Amino acid sequence: MEKIVLPEIKDMHLIDVYLANGGYSSVKKAFNQTPDDIIDQVKKSGLRGRGGAAFSAGLKWSFMPKSTTKPKYLCVNGDESEPGSFKDRQILEHNPHQLIEGILITCYAIGAKIAYVYIRGEYHKFINFFSKALNDAYEHGFVGDAMREKFGTDFTCQIYIHKGAGAYICGEESSLMNSIEGKRAYPRVKPPFPAQYGLWGCPTTINNVETITNVPPIIANGWEWFAKIGEPKHPGTILFGVSGHVNKPGVYELPTGTLLTELIYNYAGGVPGNKKILCVIPGGSSMPPLRGDQLEEIKMDAESLKAAGSAIGTGGVMVMDEDTDLVKVLTRITKFYYHESCGQCTPCREGTGWMLKILNRILSGSGSSNDLDLLISVANNIEGNTVCALGDAAAWPVKYMIERFRDYFETRVNTVTKLPIANKVHSLRKSVIPL
Amino acid sequence: MEFKFTTESLEKINAVLNRYPTKQAALMPVLWIAQEQNGWISNEVMQETAKILEINPEEVLGVVTFYTMYFKKPMGKHHIQVCTNVSCMFRGAYEIYEGVKKKLGIDNMETTSDRKFSLEEVECMGACGNAPMIAINEEYFENISSEKVNKIIEDLEKSA
Ligand SMILES: Cc1cc2nc3c(=O)[nH]c(=O)nc-3n(C[C@H](O)[C@H](O)[C@H](O)COP(=O)(O)O)c2cc1C
Ligand code: SF4
Ligand code: FES
Repeated sequence: MEKIVLPEIKDMHLIDVYLANGGYSSVKKAFNQTPDDIIDQVKKSGLRGRGGAAFSAGLKWSFMPKSTTKPKYLCVNGDESEPGSFKDRQILEHNPHQLIEGILITCYAIGAKIAYVYIRGEYHKFINFFSKALNDAYEHGFVGDAMREKFGTDFTCQIYIHKGAGAYICGEESSLMNSIEGKRAYPRVKPPFPAQYGLWGCPTTINNVETITNVPPIIANGWEWFAKIGEPKHPGTILFGVSGHVNKPGVYELPTGTLLTELIYNYAGGVPGNKKILCVIPGGSSMPPLRGDQLEEIKMDAESLKAAGSAIGTGGVMVMDEDTDLVKVLTRITKFYYHESCGQCTPCREGTGWMLKILNRILSGSGSSNDLDLLISVANNIEGNTVCALGDAAAWPVKYMIERFRDYFETRVNTVTKLPIANKVHSLRKSVIPL
Repeated sequence: MEFKFTTESLEKINAVLNRYPTKQAALMPVLWIAQEQNGWISNEVMQETAKILEINPEEVLGVVTFYTMYFKKPMGKHHIQVCTNVSCMFRGAYEIYEGVKKKLGIDNMETTSDRKFSLEEVECMGACGNAPMIAINEEYFENISSEKVNKIIEDLEKSA
C-alpha cells in the first residue's frame, strides 16, 4: 500500500532527497492556481482533520474571510499530548519538508503570511529535527522573503516554531492561540470561531501536523486520486499509533477503513502470550473504550467508529489484554484529566476531582455499586457543560467504560468489598495511588 | 538572587521578538531562554522578564505556573521524568517509577541532597509505542526496563 504521509524513502528528511523525489513541486503548482482553486481541491479530496475531530480541512479553510484588512494566520498543531498518540513526531523527524510544503500551500490558500508551528516542549529532539529542515528550506528560498525570487510570486510566508512548555490543554485550538499570545492557555468560548476571531483577534486557521502533511500529495496527484483511497467518507491514510499489549507497538500508516482487528493482529503482531483482548481505546485516551469481544468488523475511520460507539480521535489505538485491571486504567486516565484541567469551568475542575476520588475508593476496595452510578452521573454533569472539549474527554472514558464493562466493574466492587478486613487494609495500602 | 539576562540571551530575545506582533507573545520563548540561562524561573527572573516585555509580573507568574516545564524551584542536574500514563503503565512504568524513587531516595518533585538528580512523574510524553520510557533533561530513553534505568543512573552518578 502506498504511503502518503510517511513514504518509505531513505533520508527523506534531507532537503536534497526530498527535492530529488519531486519535493516543493506541489507548491509551485499551487502558486499557478488561485487560492480558491486550492481550497476547492482540498474540499473535494475529502481530507479531514487528523487532530481529533475529523473536520473537513477544505471547508475549514473556506471559512477564512476573503476581504479583510487584518493579517491572517495559520497555526499548525503539533502539541500531540493525547495519551496514546505519537504520530506527529514521526513527521517532524522523517518527513519535515512535506509538512513545510503543506504549510506553504495552506498559507497561500487561506491568505496567511505567518504560520506558527506549535510543538510540545517535551519534543526537544523533534523540534530540533524540524528546525533544521526549516532552516534548510529558508536557505533554499522556499520559505520567507526569498520566495518571491524562487517562485516568481508576490506571495511570501514566514514559518515560526512555537515551543510549548508542558500542558495538554494547549492542544485545544483556542487554548493554543492564547498560549502563542503569551497568555495563560485558557480555552476560549466559541463562537466566535478562529476563522473570525483567532490569534490577536485576526482570522486564523488551526490544523494538525498530519492534516497539513497530506496537502502536497493532494495538489500533486489531484483530489480524485486522494478521494479514492480508503473509505469514501473519510479518505486517505491515517498514521495509526498502536500501543499497550501488542507484540509490535508502533506507528502504521494505513488506509482509512482498515479493520481494527487487522491493525492489531496483522500489523501490530497480536497480543503477547496470545491473550484475549479485554478492551481497546481506538483513538487516544479521550475516546470511548470498546469491548474486546466486540471488535469484529470495526473499521478504522470516523464514520465507522462513530457507528461502533467511539471515535477516531488521533488514531492512537491502546490495546489491553484480558489481565488488565480496568479500574486501575480508568483511575489513571481520570488522574490525567484531573491534572490537565485548566480549572476554568467548575464542572470540569471539580468533576474530574470527584471522579478520581470515587475511582480511588473503588481501587482501594471500598467501592460499591452506587459508586458506579455516581461516576456516571458526575460524568454526565461534566459532558456538554464546559467551555472546551476536555470536559467531554474526561467524561467519556468514565461513562462508557463503566457502561460497557458494567459486569466487570460490578464484580470489582462486589468481590473486593467481600474480602476479609485484613485483606482490605492490605489491598488499600498497596493500591491507593500511585497505582 | 539578582537576575540579569546575559548579552547572549538578550540577542536570542531580540530574534524572538521579531516573530510576533506583540511583545507579550514572546513570553514563552523568553521564559525558555531564561530557564536555559538560570536553570529555573525565580521571582527575579519573572520580574526581569516582565520588565523586558513590558507586561505585569502577575501575568508572567500566571503563565509560569500554568506550565509544568517551567521549573518553579531549582531541580537536579539530571532531571528524571518517568511517564506513568496508561500505555507506559501497561508495560511496567510504575515499577520503574518506584524503582527510581527507591534508588535515589527521593519522591516526586524532590531533588537529591547533592543536587545531582531530581524526579518527576510525568504524563504521556508521546512515546507510547516505545513504552515504557523516561526522559532525562531533554533526552528520551525509550523501550527501557528497571535494569536499564538503574544502569543509566549509575553511569550518570559516575560521570560527576
Ligand atoms: C483537550 C484537547 C486537546 C487537544 N489536543 C490536540 C493535539 O494535541 N493536537 C491536535 O492536532 N489537536 C488537538 N486537539 C484538537 C484541536 O482542538 C483542533 O481540533 C485540531 O488541531 C484541528 O486540526 P485538524 O482539523 O487538522 O484536526 C485537542 C482538542 C482538545 C479539546
Ligand atoms: S473544560 Fe476543563 S480544560 Fe476546558 S476550559 Fe473548562 S476547565 Fe478548562
Ligand atoms: S503513555 Fe507514556 S509515553 Fe505515552
